[in-house]
Amino acid sequence: MKDISCKLLVIGAGPGGYVCAIRAGQLGIDTVIVEASKPGGTCLNVGCIPSKAMIHAADEFHGAVAASKGSSPVGISLSEPKIDLKKTVAWKDNIVGRLTSGVSGLLKKAKVKIVTGRAKFRDGKTVEVETETGSQIIRAENIVIATGSQPVELPNLPFGAKVLSSTEALALKALPEKITVIGAGYIGLELGTAFAKLGADVTIIEAQDRVLPLYDRELVRPVEKRLGELGIEIVLSAKAKGLSGTGALLIETADGGERKIEADAILVTVGRKPATEGWGREELVLDMDGRFIRIDEECRTSMRGIFAIGDVTGEPMLAHRAMAQGEMVAEIVASHKRSWDKVAIPAVCFTDPEIVSVGLSPDEAKQAGREIKAAQFPFSANGRAMSMADETGFVRVVARADNNLVLGIQAVGRGVSELSASFGLALEMGACLEDIAGTIHAHPTQGEALQEAALRTLGHALHI
Amino acid sequence: MAEHTIKMPDVGEGVAEAELVEWHVKIGDPVREDTVLAAVMTDKATVEIPSPVEGEIAWLGAEIGDVVAVGSPLIRIKTAGGASDAPMDDEAGEAPVADGMAQEGEGVPPPPAKETPKVAAKAEVKPPEKSKPIFSSGAPRAEGEKPLASPAVRLRAKEAGIDLRQVAGSGPAGRITHEDVDGFLSAGRQGSVKGLSRRTDVEDIKIVGLRRKIAEKMALSKRSIPHITYVEEIDVTALEETRAAMNASKKPDQPKLTLLPFLMRAMARAIADQPELNAVFDDEAGIVHRHGGIHIGIAAQTANGLVVPVVRHVEARDIWDCGAEVARLADAAKAGTAGRDELSGSTITITSLGAMGGVVTTPVINHPEVAIVGVNKMMIRPVWDGSQFIPRKMMNLSSSFDHRVIDGWDAARFIQRIKVLMETPALIFVEG
Repeated sequence: MKDISCKLLVIGAGPGGYVCAIRAGQLGIDTVIVEASKPGGTCLNVGCIPSKAMIHAADEFHGAVAASKGSSPVGISLSEPKIDLKKTVAWKDNIVGRLTSGVSGLLKKAKVKIVTGRAKFRDGKTVEVETETGSQIIRAENIVIATGSQPVELPNLPFGAKVLSSTEALALKALPEKITVIGAGYIGLELGTAFAKLGADVTIIEAQDRVLPLYDRELVRPVEKRLGELGIEIVLSAKAKGLSGTGALLIETADGGERKIEADAILVTVGRKPATEGWGREELVLDMDGRFIRIDEECRTSMRGIFAIGDVTGEPMLAHRAMAQGEMVAEIVASHKRSWDKVAIPAVCFTDPEIVSVGLSPDEAKQAGREIKAAQFPFSANGRAMSMADETGFVRVVARADNNLVLGIQAVGRGVSELSASFGLALEMGACLEDIAGTIHAHPTQGEALQEAALRTLGHALHI
Repeated sequence: MAEHTIKMPDVGEGVAEAELVEWHVKIGDPVREDTVLAAVMTDKATVEIPSPVEGEIAWLGAEIGDVVAVGSPLIRIKTAGGASDAPMDDEAGEAPVADGMAQEGEGVPPPPAKETPKVAAKAEVKPPEKSKPIFSSGAPRAEGEKPLASPAVRLRAKEAGIDLRQVAGSGPAGRITHEDVDGFLSAGRQGSVKGLSRRTDVEDIKIVGLRRKIAEKMALSKRSIPHITYVEEIDVTALEETRAAMNASKKPDQPKLTLLPFLMRAMARAIADQPELNAVFDDEAGIVHRHGGIHIGIAAQTANGLVVPVVRHVEARDIWDCGAEVARLADAAKAGTAGRDELSGSTITITSLGAMGGVVTTPVINHPEVAIVGVNKMMIRPVWDGSQFIPRKMMNLSSSFDHRVIDGWDAARFIQRIKVLMETPALIFVEG
């Protein structure tokens, strides 16, 4: 096979890699992207998108079940609803398929060459790809490592049979009756909640003493309440030990005792690890930052002409961070002056209710040595939330005490993930409380809670 | 409790006024006896004014650049009467910022005269508090604080090569706006950028101190004196040989000779024949004062500008003496320690751009003198000796004369006489 030479080679067509390649193509850079499977990476194929599809299906079904039991507040009654999980998964797969082929189309439109196969570095300028038709050598002036991340496996509970990672959990053909989720981070809670709404009996095991340990208690409390209402058992400060002879999960409880939990499926969501093996890192001399590849503010690694973006470069392992990095790197390769100067990377949990956090929480701000003021506005005082029959949660604003500069905005509530756009914009623009308070927010929307939270922080909320 | 007033001192004979060029203290500063309070400049020299007493500065009577008459009150110092533990620094923060960065309209009114802050008799004298930088707009960012700006502003700054940490933000919470970036760009950026850009900025520099003296003097000379400039080339090959031989055999206590002492001695000889060149012209009185003593001013460039130290009585100095005196005065001028008497009283002047080169200059006469001799760079040039070109060390003299009292003929004769002396250097040393 004839060698390929290009100006930019991107390894991995996840959200970071494909955005980088599209932007590079737009800028007229001769670009090649290598992907071992379908474009879209974890996000489109086995992460963000399919999980949100499954969560949506579970919500719909759960609402129908509630109505059939006569608990619909708006007066809907139904006979017993049913769900065909195969059809649900097929619908989800269709969405994924449309999106991944959409990415392929965008890459082609940007005149990016797609090479399918597993890439391996030969040296800092050369990559070998094992394609279906043989080995392909690609030489590039600039190479972007965008290999992403993988689910972390527990040594005493290796994936396989009934032990699932999130990837398998999103492709189940039938709903297991009893599911145990290990790890109460956002992935475990999102999927655990969805399975519970679909009708499974869900237990969640967490090693720490609380769920969603990365979010503050105020934000998590409505989620915990909902988990209880859904009948999900939460076992805190417990460790998974392995499987018993009969296939039950053995755990060590907080008091040191052992407990056996019967489960038809065990979902392990204890985190993700950067994909730093299997692509020839040993052929390079890359400085590492713990388990991640060390990068500078231009996403350059310690080797000239080699960039790294996305999950392989560190926390937060989020698609939108990778996309922003990818776009920036393409522009740097096109000789534009760019550097990473983002103020905030929003984080969203698609739990029930949803949580969104942008910037600093009150505790984080205090730890950073800030004098702050903060206030929250509850959705119970928001007309739109009432009219959607879900008044759970609030919007909270954190600002500097001296000049009212907004340091962080958080919310918990139904559908608040959509508020992340205005939260992020406020932080990135350097908004002060007065900026948010002085912006007309459409009525009736949940977004009014943001304006009211800012007003309340200033000491003159109107609707509370 | 007493107040001590310091008046502008009489800093030299016949000086009626002096320009304030520097304050070393500000209102509220504690001072000791002999603390330098201010520097004032007369036509020729800068004089420092020390404090005669210990106390605290209560009032300053002039601004930098002001010309103050001798005997006018300049500074008032409150002196300690009784012991008091009132903190001395209380007023320091209110003192006007002396570095020109103060915001407009932020003038600090002088403290009321009746107010009498006390200074403990044995209080330790602290150095004047350093003035805080004041940003043109917005609050200063604390150290390590990230600049606040929208993504569009950040992108623009990045592409223009501007470090936003250097830009003051005028928006709420110190946010940097597009206008702030505009202002930074027009005020003169510190970053480096590729490409050319238009600049519309104007920097206003107040001409004070020595520069103002030079400006006034040059204007006076050119306004009142019709200059005639005469250029002649001199073959200094023989002189250079003589100079090298003299330097090679000099005694340890003798200075290394430059070309200047030879020129000075040649001028002294020429002046003996043409005393009208060694004179000052009082055009108001209509009198030319021909001086017997030859006092040659040597124009010298210093860090602050042009000064003209004077070698006195060249007629009575031998070449070594001239060399030593030139070296001493040049050092003193550069160090700024030359006194008033060393910077005044010349009767004719030499100017030299030395190593800078230049073929011809049009020197400006050191008013009220009547002649100035300019030295151009020596270089080897081909000279026709009647049968062939030979390399010779050639040097031009560009000299100006006051045509009101010196005719072109006399000017040329003077320079031709110098030429003969320098081309045959033995003549410089011949007695009688």
